Amino acid sequence: MKELPQVADDPRAELEPGGGPPGGPPQPPERPPTSSARLITTLATAGALAGLVIVLVFGWANPRIQAYRAMVLREAIQEVLHSPESVQTWYVVDGALSETPPAGADTITAEKVHLGMDGDGQPIGYAITGQEPGFQDFILVIFGYDPDAGRVLAMKVLESKETPGLGDKIYKDSAFVAEFEQAASPLEGVKIGAGTGSENEVDMITGATISSRTVIGIINHRIEALEPVLSSADPAATAASATGAGGAPKPGESGS
Amino acid sequence: MRATTPTQDLIRGIWKENPVLVQLLGLCPALAVTNTVANSLAMGIATFFVLVGSSLLVSMFKKVIPHEVRISAYILIIATFVTIADLVLAAVVPLIHKELGAFIALIVVNCMILGRQEAFASKRPIGRSLLDAVGTGTGFMIAMLMMGTFREVLGNGSILGISLFGDGFEPWVIFILPPGGFLTLGFILLAFGWWQERKLESIRVRQWPHGVATPSREEAA
Repeated sequence: MKELPQVADDPRAELEPGGGPPGGPPQPPERPPTSSARLITTLATAGALAGLVIVLVFGWANPRIQAYRAMVLREAIQEVLHSPESVQTWYVVDGALSETPPAGADTITAEKVHLGMDGDGQPIGYAITGQEPGFQDFILVIFGYDPDAGRVLAMKVLESKETPGLGDKIYKDSAFVAEFEQAASPLEGVKIGAGTGSENEVDMITGATISSRTVIGIINHRIEALEPVLSSADPAATAASATGAGGAPKPGESGS
Repeated sequence: MRATTPTQDLIRGIWKENPVLVQLLGLCPALAVTNTVANSLAMGIATFFVLVGSSLLVSMFKKVIPHEVRISAYILIIATFVTIADLVLAAVVPLIHKELGAFIALIVVNCMILGRQEAFASKRPIGRSLLDAVGTGTGFMIAMLMMGTFREVLGNGSILGISLFGDGFEPWVIFILPPGGFLTLGFILLAFGWWQERKLESIRVRQWPHGVATPSREEAA
């Protein structure tokens, strides 16, 4: 009869506490209990040192991570607004667009939209971000929206941890991403083949129903929330006021 | 229990006691993130860094850490290295960091790493612990790369994103999906077991031509 190789005499197998090093002096099976004060001091010191190290590394890494995020966002805005000539960032303050973030909020976390304009200074549409829980974790989506036409220009998933091979098709499946091009708001997710050809229909992905539905939901909810703000703001006037008299670039403006 | 030489400490984890292929530890990352060679490599390097760093610190402070809270202390050390690895990967290779997702943070619970601390680094001198960690970490990386190469070649027809077979190749997509991870690991373990079995058999025939005794793993090596 075959026997599997025994591993009992393997030094790796010694997991019992108190086992000494091979060949070393045998240790007493029972050790005196360590005082609670020492246990607490040791762990507290170790925790404090670990925290210090992490803070130092974070200080080094965070600017790089933020710079990368900003670059990804810039590229995504270009993509969902179909390469606008220039992009302005507007903050949403008390139901209106403002050039400056609301008091007490920083430029990163404040709610904002990005207005893209073509070469003649005519607005193309707004790039809007939104996030909601998907199947695994929050899905962060950016999409272009033209409030005049009431149409979504394009959609791009910025962050998602959806299941590889299934839910990640919301950004890997180009057919699904293309469904959002020029789709009329509000979007309506339909099963493939069940559509009636209406312009607000988006074919969902088989096997990724929750992820698809989340993306559609994010876009609908964000448009619903921002529609009053965007339609009351006259894009041409906002654009003119930003690029008009004085000529100095506004803080939120970034040319492409 | 036999004492080991420094060379044995180093090379044992690479092949003979490979953490994934022989000890079957660390299977979660080996199954989850080996769908491409680049991901496998990044995961292997991150795990290597965490393992070597943790073994070094655990071995250095083994006399200071009270026995009662040793596991908490190991976890604290490991978690610190994992957080560092996570931040550095996010800053240096953001695309790969995004692909690996939560699995970087999950290195904390890789039993291969905690196992080396408890079974080896907490009882041996610093040098030996480092050798052991380097060997085990290398073994883990080899296993990850075996899985990653197998899966990327079959599932995507490429290595490190470079297409191998041209447009005529229809990728065998299942191999980059989760079931492909299990299939690949199964095939690799099968091949590994067959090879070990053959080796044992040849020794058995040579040493005990008439007997039924089974050589131990040490004699086989």
